Amino acid sequence: MTDVRTYLREWAMPHVLCPGCAHGIILRAFLEAVSRLELDPDKLALVAGIGCSSRLIGYVDFCTLHATHGRAPGFATGIKLARPEMDVVVLTGDGDGLAIGGNHLIHAARRNVDLTCLLLNNSIYGMTGGQAAPTTPEGATASTAPAGTVESPFDSCKLMIGAGATFVARVFAAEPPAMTDVMADAISHHGFSFVEVVSDCPEYFGRYNGLGTPADMLAGMMRREPGVSDPLRVKAFVPHLPAPDDIPGLATGVLHREERPVFTGRPTS
Amino acid sequence: MTTAQLIQGNEACALGAVAAGCRFYGGYPITPSSEIAEFMARRLPEIGGVFVQMEDEMASLAAAIGASVAGMKSMTATSGPGFSLMQEHIGYATMAEIPCVVVNVMRGGPSTGLPTSPAQGDVMQARWGTHGDHPAIVLAPASVGEVFDLTVRAFNLAERLRMPVIVLYDEVIGHTRESVTLPEAVDSWERSAPSAPPDGFLPKAAGPDGVPTFPAFGEGYRFHITGLTHDERGLPTSEGPTAGALLERIHAKVDRATDDIVAVERFLLDDAEVAFFAYGVVARAAKAAVMQARERGLRVGLLRPISLWPFPTEAVAAAAGTVERLIVAEMNLGQMTHEVERAAAGATTVARHLRADGEPITPEELLDLVATPVSGRPVPGGTS
Repeated sequence: MTDVRTYLREWAMPHVLCPGCAHGIILRAFLEAVSRLELDPDKLALVAGIGCSSRLIGYVDFCTLHATHGRAPGFATGIKLARPEMDVVVLTGDGDGLAIGGNHLIHAARRNVDLTCLLLNNSIYGMTGGQAAPTTPEGATASTAPAGTVESPFDSCKLMIGAGATFVARVFAAEPPAMTDVMADAISHHGFSFVEVVSDCPEYFGRYNGLGTPADMLAGMMRREPGVSDPLRVKAFVPHLPAPDDIPGLATGVLHREERPVFTGRPTS
Repeated sequence: MTTAQLIQGNEACALGAVAAGCRFYGGYPITPSSEIAEFMARRLPEIGGVFVQMEDEMASLAAAIGASVAGMKSMTATSGPGFSLMQEHIGYATMAEIPCVVVNVMRGGPSTGLPTSPAQGDVMQARWGTHGDHPAIVLAPASVGEVFDLTVRAFNLAERLRMPVIVLYDEVIGHTRESVTLPEAVDSWERSAPSAPPDGFLPKAAGPDGVPTFPAFGEGYRFHITGLTHDERGLPTSEGPTAGALLERIHAKVDRATDDIVAVERFLLDDAEVAFFAYGVVARAAKAAVMQARERGLRVGLLRPISLWPFPTEAVAAAAGTVERLIVAEMNLGQMTHEVERAAAGATTVARHLRADGEPITPEELLDLVATPVSGRPVPGGTS
């Protein structure tokens, strides 16, 4: 297996992430999956939108395209259809993927192009300073929701299952080995695969909501405490879908998997 | 042997694209451009290309840009409302320097406007629609045959200069059927591979022409592409001198090629006392009006811009120096008029004949404008 450090563009650092942000742990877990699958860096394209999560791709030595806000799935679709031998991974955030890019994300799932989408959910807009996102739990404070947000959050996994994604999973940034396992599984899946990676944002979401230190936030995630994730469970976007499993708190692991014809844009032989 | 065929402007566009090497089309249905998508949906899979219908116009151009990054010549086509949505990615393709062709078959606007009627209301949007300082190349065909030629040219300019190129024509040109004889093959510009090895490759370091080489994703060069201001390594930076140099370079590469890009047709202009300035289908009406005026012994001519942007400033200035009146006729409420006034710089009277009611400007109404010689003198030497 390749040392994941060789995948880094160390010359592109220092990076833009805040102290305590779990996005770095998530990137490491992804690189471990790349190493485990022995993916060819020349044939690996990472496509990202706008936001903290999307900036990660600048630091890894693959074919990286930092696109426009919310529209990474469109760019990724073009790359994959034009060059099917490449592995194409979309890196997005909750604001990027579920607000401004929601339409692109559901159509990518429906179309079932062989892409993998990692959505890093930190429950807030971090890059722009802590505004409420479509994932901010009801009642949680944000800079544009000083008295607590009154809107219901998306459950991105149920949204993706409803839209037709053929592989849907959720993992926690607090569990790196599980992240690597699920990401490797998602990349290997033939068709559109979606992984929600629950991250933290100690700088804004944590500070605004009194969630303690970054370590406190990750520990809470491990214990599946009510907090970041619990309102997602009770305010599910698709209320009639059965709960994928009985884990208290937010369901994790592979939540859905099916085989469906993959869109290649080419005649089937 | 090539033979004449009766085809529509939108079909000529698709045929031109395929001839130029386009193998990827990402699009969204919209009148009056949909025939381009329908043609490409049939043709591209037959020749190893890919057609994909996206969820909207933002995603359409995103997919076209992605395919271009992966090495396929690519395009999209739309009309006004979709063109508005594409502005975001026209800016992206300009900043990230990704070749692609965007076709806008103009209909009446603003907003949903007149979906099935011609207009020329997007000529300034084509130049200035996306935010920030940026160059633009916009080509304006006036016949079915010219749609083919200029679509080929758009691809070649896009690939050569690494930028989006816009083909802009009105609904009448898009839907008119004319007999054309198309060439069996066309000259097409292919991207040059970098001479530098992948190690230490600087994706945004440009040569003397101001255009960086552009290896496709998947061919052994790993690099970063971004719409953020970036340095020669392709990495984001907010350092002032680097930001300024990037913007100046993407302008200069077009400025350097301007003489090659700018094209006009001068029709019976040498001895003209009055000239029309008209493009697209209006130029067809103007040409008919010129011929009818000449039959009456009137010295009337036409200056037709084939490239709208870069604007043919020198050609307008030259015409302004020889005519007594320059009549700008366009299907909007006065857009290119301002550019003509700027280029004429007071050397002649610039009049305007504007129409934005969804009806094409007719030869008759243009002829009425010139039926009386402006000098009041009979014009000798006119053809009879």
